[in-house]
Amino acid sequence: MKRKHKRLTFVAIAGVLIAIAATLILTAFDESIVFFRTPTDITEKRVEDDQRIRLGGLVEEDSVEQGEDGVVNFRVTDTANTVPVHFQGILPDLFREGQGVVAEGKLIKGVFMADEVLAKHDENYMPPEVAEAIKEAGQWHGDEPDSSPDSGEASQ
Amino acid sequence: MIPGLGDATFGIAELGHFALILAMFVAVAQAVLPLTGAARNHGPWMAFARPTAIVQLLLIAFSFGCLTYAFMISDFSLAIVYQNSHSDKPMLYKISGTWGNHEGSMLLWVLIVSIFGGAVALFGSNLPPSLRARVLGIQALIAIGFYLFILFTSNPFERMIPPPLNGAGLNPLLQDPGLAFHPPMLYLGYVGFSMAFSFAIAALLEGRVDAAWGRWVRPWTLAAWAFLTCGIALGSWWAYYELGWGGWWFWDPVENASFIPWLTGTALLHSATMVEKRDTMKGWTIFLAILTFSLSLLGTFLVRSGVLTSVHAFATDPERGVFILFLLIIVTGGSLALFAWRGPAMRNTGVFQPVSREGALLVNNLIMTTAAAAVLLGTLYPLFLDAIDGGKVSVGPPYFNTVFIPLMIPMIAAMAVGPMLGWKRADLGQALKRLWLAFIATGVSAIAIWAFVADGPVLGMVGLAMAAWLAVGTLVELSERIRLFREPLSSSLTRIARTTRASWGMTLGHLGLAIAVAGMSGAGGWKQEAIQTMMPGEHVDLGGYTFTFEGATEGQGPNYALTRGTFVVTRDGEPVVTMYPENRRYPVRSMPTTEAAIHTLFSGDLYAVIGDPDGSDGAYVTRIYWNPLVAWMWAGSLIMAAAAGISLSDRRFRVGAPRRRKAAAETDKTGPAAAKA
Repeated sequence: MKRKHKRLTFVAIAGVLIAIAATLILTAFDESIVFFRTPTDITEKRVEDDQRIRLGGLVEEDSVEQGEDGVVNFRVTDTANTVPVHFQGILPDLFREGQGVVAEGKLIKGVFMADEVLAKHDENYMPPEVAEAIKEAGQWHGDEPDSSPDSGEASQ
Repeated sequence: MIPGLGDATFGIAELGHFALILAMFVAVAQAVLPLTGAARNHGPWMAFARPTAIVQLLLIAFSFGCLTYAFMISDFSLAIVYQNSHSDKPMLYKISGTWGNHEGSMLLWVLIVSIFGGAVALFGSNLPPSLRARVLGIQALIAIGFYLFILFTSNPFERMIPPPLNGAGLNPLLQDPGLAFHPPMLYLGYVGFSMAFSFAIAALLEGRVDAAWGRWVRPWTLAAWAFLTCGIALGSWWAYYELGWGGWWFWDPVENASFIPWLTGTALLHSATMVEKRDTMKGWTIFLAILTFSLSLLGTFLVRSGVLTSVHAFATDPERGVFILFLLIIVTGGSLALFAWRGPAMRNTGVFQPVSREGALLVNNLIMTTAAAAVLLGTLYPLFLDAIDGGKVSVGPPYFNTVFIPLMIPMIAAMAVGPMLGWKRADLGQALKRLWLAFIATGVSAIAIWAFVADGPVLGMVGLAMAAWLAVGTLVELSERIRLFREPLSSSLTRIARTTRASWGMTLGHLGLAIAVAGMSGAGGWKQEAIQTMMPGEHVDLGGYTFTFEGATEGQGPNYALTRGTFVVTRDGEPVVTMYPENRRYPVRSMPTTEAAIHTLFSGDLYAVIGDPDGSDGAYVTRIYWNPLVAWMWAGSLIMAAAAGISLSDRRFRVGAPRRRKAAAETDKTGPAAAKA
């Protein structure tokens, strides 16, 4: 085989690989990109039912109700609007009323059915999306509780 | 002296700060003089490289020591000690607190850069003087970037006046041995690739790459790769037992940031072999070295700067973010420009056919870099979309699984064949024929899993079959190499003894991956979980085991209150183990942690978690997991890291090795290529 042909072989292999990867990426992107939404977005009907989203905000005070078999109902608020959340499972260690939370799931008939509630490593850490959501709702008082990300997730 | 700080500890931090500044100036000398000297072929200037590298190492080590001391004695007048430590912390976590924060970890980073530089200065006697001078000069340039970053944006020696009485850092989740050593391991890996990078840039400046260069680059890459492997495994293990979800890999951006350089580092490891042994693929290897270190930098900074969670984290500290971006652009842009300019001058003498050992290594490289690009894309896409105001998104595990796993299947298929092929040209059909045993093993394991293990997903089955293929294929290659059953056993044993450590490294590394793949497939495919409220006496059946809840008790630990559950696990009526998961609540931070009870068996992990009480009748929310084969994953990772260590100790990498080059070359002939010929 000539030098040129050998090169072509590898270029062809690389091309095929890239084509496969691109196909995989494009199909996977469609299915696995999850948009971040706030309670206000949901209240203003900017979220369709059955669309997978991440919901972020604060866990409303006095809203957490434990049910049978690890079922938990609570409300997530961005201080302007509030959305009820239904979740079955054990909540992350740092889940608390009045604290920031990010839940992933689908909106079904006005109730957010979460299948995942995300944990953070530090109780003072506020997910930036949540801070943003509260800011957008115009309720931010500037007393950001140590949101420098390195203090929370530093050790990873 | 500042009033109110008049104790003996006052001076230590200032000394550390001073040593840090001094180290930067020494690094400037270490960069400027040797690099200029090498360009002008001026011997005495080049000779500056070694002493300055050692002095720089001593200074930065002293500085780091000062900071560690401040953490050990809980000197809360230092801002980062106040923020990240507490006088009630055990000593181990006081010390690990030194690098468990942004500023301290950057100091650790630059310390490791200097340690590697010092190692080249001390042990690099057999390097050509100009190459050594250039490597150390570039290593110093990298260090300077970090010194500036530390001093201007993240100074660990900043004081708080007046000093607070006690620290604020008592996050119990982070007080964990796995996490204490996870960052240093990762950094040893990241920074280890800086050596490959420095050698690559030095080679571009020198305008040539030879086998000796490959022999130097490979051990550094192996060491870095081994550390990175350990670091990633440690992080995953921590997430597994501490977060209490029974999960071990979440495709979290922080995890990806360390995994991407691992992928390109693996490619580099394999292409450096070709430079060393076959005098080919030089330009590509240099490119990979640049790429891997750039991705390491990107990884460090993505995690450290907080941009990963959201680009708006820049707003909290725009200085850091901008500095970071700037440094990245200089390092990556500068080195790629140099590569574009000088790279084409690299002459490859080794020619080969597409079907050959070289071809197989190249296929490895192509797949690894494609996979790295795909993971990088998924990790950066949310950042990109947010930057152009396209909305906030997260790219979840489904993306990574869909893209990554299909790429790994041909990769593993090729991994068993590659070592069977000879250098330069080989017969693929012949190699496949010699792998008949591996084909049988793959088929048998696929059928066995399909027949005996119920409800398995196809992917899990494919994964296990691939693991069998790789393991048996690797063993076939080993037995051919030692001519097992073809020659008398004694002759085979002599061949075993004569096998180079580098070959052992390859064999063990591939076996380690086979074991890890089996673990991932088992745990990914057949994991079972049950979440429920349990009364004392109730039981749950999972994975063939019966978990009986015996109730929970409340108690007190040293500085926390705890709930301890008791589970008796039986299999077919026979007792297996009694498990005691805990739920701890630390009053200082009013923060609970989950202490999962894990019992590791050969076939899988029993994993139990106790949650909150449900009512007052002794019922608790509990989570039980059966994670088949999960421990194999970490065992396999450790074998891979150990294999890199064994390969690293190969005699030809040792000091003075080039003089024994002939001897080494002859030992290499015991490889399959020579054996076949």
